[in-house]
Amino acid sequence: MNDTEKKQSSSTHNIGIYLWIWGLLFVLSFFSYLVDWYQFQGLLRWSLILFFMFLKAGLIMMFFMHLFWERYAIVNVLLWPMTAIACFVGLMFAEGQYTLFSRLFYFFVGAE
Amino acid sequence: MSDPKIEGFELKPGFKGMAEDTASDQTMFKGVHWGKAMMWIFLLSDTFVFSCFLISYMKGRASTPVEWPNPSEVFALNAFGVPVPLLLIAIMTFVLITSSGTMALAVKYGYEKNKKMCGWLVLATAIGGLTFVGMQVFEWSKLIHEGVRPWENPFGAAQFGSFFFMITGFHGFHVSIGVIFLFIYAYKVFAGHYESGKKGWFTKLKGDYVEIEILGLYWHFVDLVWVFIFAFFYLW
Repeated sequence: MNDTEKKQSSSTHNIGIYLWIWGLLFVLSFFSYLVDWYQFQGLLRWSLILFFMFLKAGLIMMFFMHLFWERYAIVNVLLWPMTAIACFVGLMFAEGQYTLFSRLFYFFVGAE
Repeated sequence: MSDPKIEGFELKPGFKGMAEDTASDQTMFKGVHWGKAMMWIFLLSDTFVFSCFLISYMKGRASTPVEWPNPSEVFALNAFGVPVPLLLIAIMTFVLITSSGTMALAVKYGYEKNKKMCGWLVLATAIGGLTFVGMQVFEWSKLIHEGVRPWENPFGAAQFGSFFFMITGFHGFHVSIGVIFLFIYAYKVFAGHYESGKKGWFTKLKGDYVEIEILGLYWHFVDLVWVFIFAFFYLW
């Protein structure tokens, strides 16, 4: 019992860190809303959306979900599978382009 | 949060520590409660489910020759007679982030065994989640009134409706389940189940504040998924 008590006492963090992350998430959400408000278009819009998205996701995972303080054994088990998702995104993006191409091609040129 | 000092000896940090943890012929996730490890594995599998939805949305949107409905017009809301783009979605985002913050503080106070603060913050999180679901119901009914269906909509590409209902519906389902559990755990905290070590359901193990952290992981994950849905579905 003494052991678990010791384990828990070392697990709390200063309240300041949570309030900081909370505030940052609000500010970042506000900025990503401004991207739509000012109707940025094209590459600027997409890169800003992705930048704010990954920053918010990173802050939530690192501090709210405590990954920053976890051991590498669990952090790596959780993060490496994301590379499979990234590969899947790449594959399906290429596939989507090809589907669009073949749709337009056969709609307008037709199968000879 | 894992503790570097357990089982009587100090664990090494970083990649060297990871190699030793993995090769130690004992538990791999040292200092991590088993329930937390299992919640993380579940969240990983859930990540894959949501990724499949968002990837199929990307593929559907990239491959249609019909123009995609403009989300900042579709999801605009009239405030004082002026259409404000994404107004409801922005409020929903802020509500969910607020509830994520209260949950993070609930976990902190739980570990400090501050029953009162922990209970109130879990309850506040539950109410935030309930508000979110309520606004989503409003959003759905508004769009259904405007004629959005999974197979057609008046704004553009027909695929829009099916992706919208599937992705936001699955997320809303996660939020609803989370709200139910938040209310149950708020009761458990206030009733002092973690001080008395009352057993949970389906288990002989005694309750502990680590359960609040596990619940918190789930709730932050729901917020995390919303970050991606907000970026890809509403802003893109």
